[in-house]
Amino acid sequence: MSSRDKILNAVKAAQPDKQPLPDLSAIPLKFDDAVAKFIEVLSTIGATVKRLPKDRFQSELMDDIGEGKNVVNTISEFVLDFASPDKTVAPQTYDNLDYSIIPGQLGVAENGAIWVTDTEFQIRALPFICEHLILVISAETIVHNMHEAYDKIGIDNPGFGAFIAGPSKTADIEQSLVLGAHGPRFMTAYVLE
Amino acid sequence: MKLISCTRGERLKRTTMAAEHNNNALHNGTGLHSDLARKFNKDEDRVDWHDETLWWIRQKRDKITHGIPNWEALREAGSQIKHHTLSNLNEYLVQFEEQCQKNGVTVHWAADAQEHNEIVLSILKKHSVDKIVKSKSMLTEECHLNDYLQHNGVEVVDTDLGERIVQLAGEPPSHIVLPCIHWKKEEIGELFHQFMGTPKGNADPQFLTHAARLNLREKFLTRKIAMTGVNFAVAETGEMVVCTNEGNADMGAHLADVHIACMGMEKLIAKREHLGVFLRLLTRSATGQPITTYSSHFKKPREGQEMHVVIVDNGRSVQLGRESFRNSLKCIRCGACMNTCPVYRRSGGHSYHNAIAGPIGSILAPNLDMKKYADLPFASTLCGSCSNVCPVKIDIHDQLYKWRQEIVKNGYSPKTKTIAMKAMAFTLSSPTRYQIAGKAGRFVLKNMPFAVNNKFNPWYNEREMPAVPKESFTEWYKKNKGGK
Ligand code: SF4
Repeated sequence: MSSRDKILNAVKAAQPDKQPLPDLSAIPLKFDDAVAKFIEVLSTIGATVKRLPKDRFQSELMDDIGEGKNVVNTISEFVLDFASPDKTVAPQTYDNLDYSIIPGQLGVAENGAIWVTDTEFQIRALPFICEHLILVISAETIVHNMHEAYDKIGIDNPGFGAFIAGPSKTADIEQSLVLGAHGPRFMTAYVLE
Repeated sequence: MKLISCTRGERLKRTTMAAEHNNNALHNGTGLHSDLARKFNKDEDRVDWHDETLWWIRQKRDKITHGIPNWEALREAGSQIKHHTLSNLNEYLVQFEEQCQKNGVTVHWAADAQEHNEIVLSILKKHSVDKIVKSKSMLTEECHLNDYLQHNGVEVVDTDLGERIVQLAGEPPSHIVLPCIHWKKEEIGELFHQFMGTPKGNADPQFLTHAARLNLREKFLTRKIAMTGVNFAVAETGEMVVCTNEGNADMGAHLADVHIACMGMEKLIAKREHLGVFLRLLTRSATGQPITTYSSHFKKPREGQEMHVVIVDNGRSVQLGRESFRNSLKCIRCGACMNTCPVYRRSGGHSYHNAIAGPIGSILAPNLDMKKYADLPFASTLCGSCSNVCPVKIDIHDQLYKWRQEIVKNGYSPKTKTIAMKAMAFTLSSPTRYQIAGKAGRFVLKNMPFAVNNKFNPWYNEREMPAVPKESFTEWYKKNKGGK
């Protein structure tokens, strides 16, 4: 018998009587102002958050990035003077990337996380390999909690998605927090209204 | 940068030798928890520091969970979802396999650690790869995968900073979330000086982290195969969720040609919406953060990439059939029970001589080998603090008590040793008792009558630290008094 069948048989013989699933609607978490809460939480975990009107985004972003930087932009909605992701090259090519600009599908107020998928950023390494990650979301996509987030995301989505909350970090050396472990050392979120 | 120049060959050889040495002592179960704890206790300052650091993390956990109004309902939901999944595990495993195959992921089944290791090696061989990166996976620790691969000529680089530190030092992790919690920054500075050529005497965490970042970046860019663990696997979608703060799982998986994810079969949950519950519970319980920086959902390999998942039993189906211990399979490996445990905090993770230390490790280990780990369920005061913080409401201290009975029933526990181990646990659980015992240079029995006074023990004042359960304490006290 294959290990697969052996394992499945053993599990079948051992598993207890069927138990029902709990009702998740009984655990809500709401805030008076979800956008304000989102900004507060994300700011405390090492990110810079900027809330601004949509029409000011482009000029603000250009000012923040400055001249002469190595940037990849994955937002199609804005015509920015930066390279688009190139899927024909190896992802390693993007080592030394200064900025990745990536659109978020939604933000979560309770933990400051932003949901991103590879439908938008195309090259999976992009949010991780850059020095500075820029995530852009619309204020109206911000939900209160993770249950609402998964309700909105649904189950049909592409090959890879992630909640990202802040720059990469570690506290493995004597619990001292250091920003910039293996991923971006900085993260800025633009919350557009 | 110059920092990373090192003659790897020789150092790796040394590391491997050191690792074997330490693993023999720590993992292959020579020595009882009480003996290993006594060893750890030789350096009193370090013990105090270890204790305080973990207690600080426990307090961070309290602070953040008290800010969640429905925390108890959330824990209950987490517990019930796991219960539901375990009660339908056979069906959900089949569903998960189907979904993975639909997603283009190759599924492997491993009955035990040996088979798991062989599967991983066969994938490496198929691709003629002898150097890999690996992000944190307690399962691969449980299976001693690193040793196995090294013996087969494969270089494994652990990429989680804490794991990298203990790997360079030739040790196993001492904590499932904080692998090098027992290391001081000066020692890490020295280690990095030796292995990565950082300036001698530099012990600045920021500087050392940056040095490791540069060193490991080169590995991420050049390794063709990356391994990761799995925090949650979803039957409904076939996706695997991996949570890290460092981004090391993602850096490995997205740059490598082949991604191998390894999971114990209890990692399964039924539906994607259940992730909402577990991602809310996990990091708050683990470190007091609202969520990890990255909660990555791996579903399909990227174009041109190969993705494998190895589903491992290794004793889990046996544990599933043990009614008293079944609940231990709900564990989401947050480490909260370790951070709060008065014995763990003062004896250190290595004293448990098992891949998973602390209260939960003491329940899981005897399932694998009751004789070898017969001491672990006794390394506890049964104070119940672990059960109170556990995000999936595992009745940890009850299970420890049940294991004691099981072990005695099976004849694995000589009585004198049992008492010594319980006494050790009791001493370690109180700084006052610990100091008294230490200063007097002898052991706890003599100090018992006044040491039980709760006012000496600040931990009992904590909200979530209940009094020692009456029954087991009385039983314990009688025995010791009788033995005097
Ligand atoms: S037993 Fe509970 S508290 Fe301990 S690591 Fe597992 S989930 Fe966390």
